[in-house]
Amino acid sequence: MASSMSQASKSQAPEAGWRKHLPVINALLRYGVLILIGFLMLYPLLWMIGGSFKNNHEIFSTIGFIPKEPTLDGVVNGWKTSTEYSFATYLLNTFRIVIPKVIVTVISSVVVAYGFARFAIPGRKYLFALLMATVLLPKSVLLIPQYLMFREFGWLDTYLPLYIPQAFAVEGFFVFMIIQFMRSLPLEMEEAAVMDGCNSFQVLTLIVAPVILPAIIAVALFQFMWSMNDFLQPLIYLSSVEKYPVALALKMSIDVTEATSWNEILAMSSIAIAPSLILFFAAQKYFVDGITSGAVKG
Amino acid sequence: MWPGWRSVRLWGAIMYNNRLIGSLYIVPFIIGFLLFTAFPFVASFVLSLTDARLQDQLGAANFTGLANYGEMAGDATFQKSLGVTFFYVFVTVPLKLAFALFIAVVLNFKLRGIGFFRTAFYLPSILGGSVAIAVVWRFVFAGDGLINQALGAVGFGGVNWLGEPDTAMFSIVLLRLWQFGSAMVVFLAGLKAIPEDLYEAADLDGASRFKQFWMITLPLLTPVLFFNFIMQIVQAFQEFNGPYIITAGGPLKSSYLLPLMIYEEAFKYFNLGYSSALSWVLFVIIAIFTAVAFWSQKHWVFYAQERDDQKGGH
Repeated sequence: MASSMSQASKSQAPEAGWRKHLPVINALLRYGVLILIGFLMLYPLLWMIGGSFKNNHEIFSTIGFIPKEPTLDGVVNGWKTSTEYSFATYLLNTFRIVIPKVIVTVISSVVVAYGFARFAIPGRKYLFALLMATVLLPKSVLLIPQYLMFREFGWLDTYLPLYIPQAFAVEGFFVFMIIQFMRSLPLEMEEAAVMDGCNSFQVLTLIVAPVILPAIIAVALFQFMWSMNDFLQPLIYLSSVEKYPVALALKMSIDVTEATSWNEILAMSSIAIAPSLILFFAAQKYFVDGITSGAVKG
Repeated sequence: MWPGWRSVRLWGAIMYNNRLIGSLYIVPFIIGFLLFTAFPFVASFVLSLTDARLQDQLGAANFTGLANYGEMAGDATFQKSLGVTFFYVFVTVPLKLAFALFIAVVLNFKLRGIGFFRTAFYLPSILGGSVAIAVVWRFVFAGDGLINQALGAVGFGGVNWLGEPDTAMFSIVLLRLWQFGSAMVVFLAGLKAIPEDLYEAADLDGASRFKQFWMITLPLLTPVLFFNFIMQIVQAFQEFNGPYIITAGGPLKSSYLLPLMIYEEAFKYFNLGYSSALSWVLFVIIAIFTAVAFWSQKHWVFYAQERDDQKGGH
C-alpha cells in the first residue's frame, strides 16, 4: 500500500521523466518490503534448522543461522531423546494417528458433501446451517463431555478418540470445501452416467471422485498438517509415554532438558516439522487453492 | 452474509430428487453431529450446573444450579483470565488482518517471483500451530534467545520477555501474527477477483491510488474481510498452545487465556462443573461476536451480486 500511495502522489507531478520511472520505483519498493518481511518471517525457521547443527554454546552466542562448527550432537541426542524411546517411536505414533484420521476424514467428507451438493434432502438448508455452525463452535465447549463419553467407551489411552469422530464428518470446514468444489462442476458427465445406468454411488466413485481430486488432496493435506500439529486432544487422551505422538514428546522433552541442550530440542523440532515442510513444498498449490475455494467461491 | 451461506439459497443444480438415497449420504454427518457435537454441547451445559469432579462417577455429582456461574463473580483468576483473553483477541485479530491485507496488496502485482513470496508468507501459518514452533518461540524469546541477542548486537539491553507480566503475552501475539499467511491468501484471492476495468475507469477519472484503495478495493474486499474476521476471532478466542507451551499462562497469570484455564480447571484441578461453566462463558462470548458480525454485515459488507450473475457466477 505504501508504494502505491507514494506512486499516486508522485504521479501528479508534472515531470515526465519521473513518471517514466514510476513502475520501476513501484516494483523496487514492493520487492524491498517483500524481501525484508520474507527474511524476518523465515528467520526463526532457518535459526531452528541451523541451531540443530550447532553446539549449545554457539546457539547462545551468535545470531547467525549457519553453524560455524557444525556438529551432529544435537541431531543424534535429539533422536535418542531423553526418554526411554527414540524419536522414531514418536514419529511412528504420530503417523498411526494422522494417517487413519486423514483417510476417514476424506471419505466421510466426500460422501456427505455429495449428499449436500447433489440431492434434494428434506431440510437441506437447515442441515447445511448446522454444518457451518460446527465450524464456528469452540471445541472447548465439547471437550469435557467428549472426554467423559470416551472414558465410558473405554477409549482412554487409545488413539480412537483422536480419529473416530472424524469418520462422521465432524469437521464442517472440509465438507464445505468439497461441496463448493462439487458445485462448480458441470452436471453433464454425471447425468450421462445416470443415463448409462450408473447408480448414484457409482456416479460418486467413478465420475465425481476423480474430478474432485484436487479438493480431496487439499482436504487430505490440511487434515494432515492440522493433525500433525494437534496437541490438546492427545494431551487429554493419551497417558502412556509409549503412545505419545511427536507433539507430546516434544513438550515432555522441553520440561526435562530445556536448560541445557538447546541443540537437541531444536533438532527434534526440526525433525518434527520436516514431514509437514516437505509436503508443503511438494503440494503448495493445493493449499492455496483449498483455502481460497472455501472463502471466495460461490 | 458469508458467501457460503448465501449460496445455499442459490443452489439450483440438484441432480436427484430421491430423498431417501440423498439422506443416506448425509447419515454419517447426522450421527456425528448428534453424538460428537449436539450431545456434548448440551451435556456441557448440564455439567456446568453441577459440582462434578473428574475422578468421581458422574452419579456422585450434585445439582448446584447457577452456583458455578456465581462463583466466577468472586474468582479473581477468572476475571484476570477474561481480561487477558479480550486483550489478546483485540490486539491480535486487527493487527493480523491489517498486516495480511497490507502484504496481500503489495503482493497483488505482476512481478517476477511473487509466487515465491506467497509461499514464504504462507508457510508459517501451516507450521505455526505446531508444538515444535511454540518450542522454538520459547527459545527465540528466552533470556539468552535470538531476540535478545539481536538487540544486544545493536547495543540494546536484553528484555526478560517471558519473565515479565507486561511482555509475556507479546510473544504469543507475535507468534500468531507470524501466521498471517492464511488470511493473506484469502485476501489475495479476493483482490484477484476485482475486475481491472474498475481501476482503469478510476484512472481515467483521475482518482489517486490511495482513493482507489478506499473507494474500490476495500468495499469489494468486504466479503473476504468478513470471512477472515470471523475465522480469526473464533480462532483467537480458542488459543491454547501458545500460553500452554510458551508462557505456561504466566507470569502472574498475565497470559492465562480462557481456554488454558478451562483445561486446567478440568484436567489439573478436576473441577468439571466449573470448567464446563467457563467453557460456556467462552462459547457465549464467541457466539455474541459472531452474531454481531453476521447481523452488522448488511451495513458494511458489499456483495456484488449483479456482477457475479453477469459473469455466470463463480
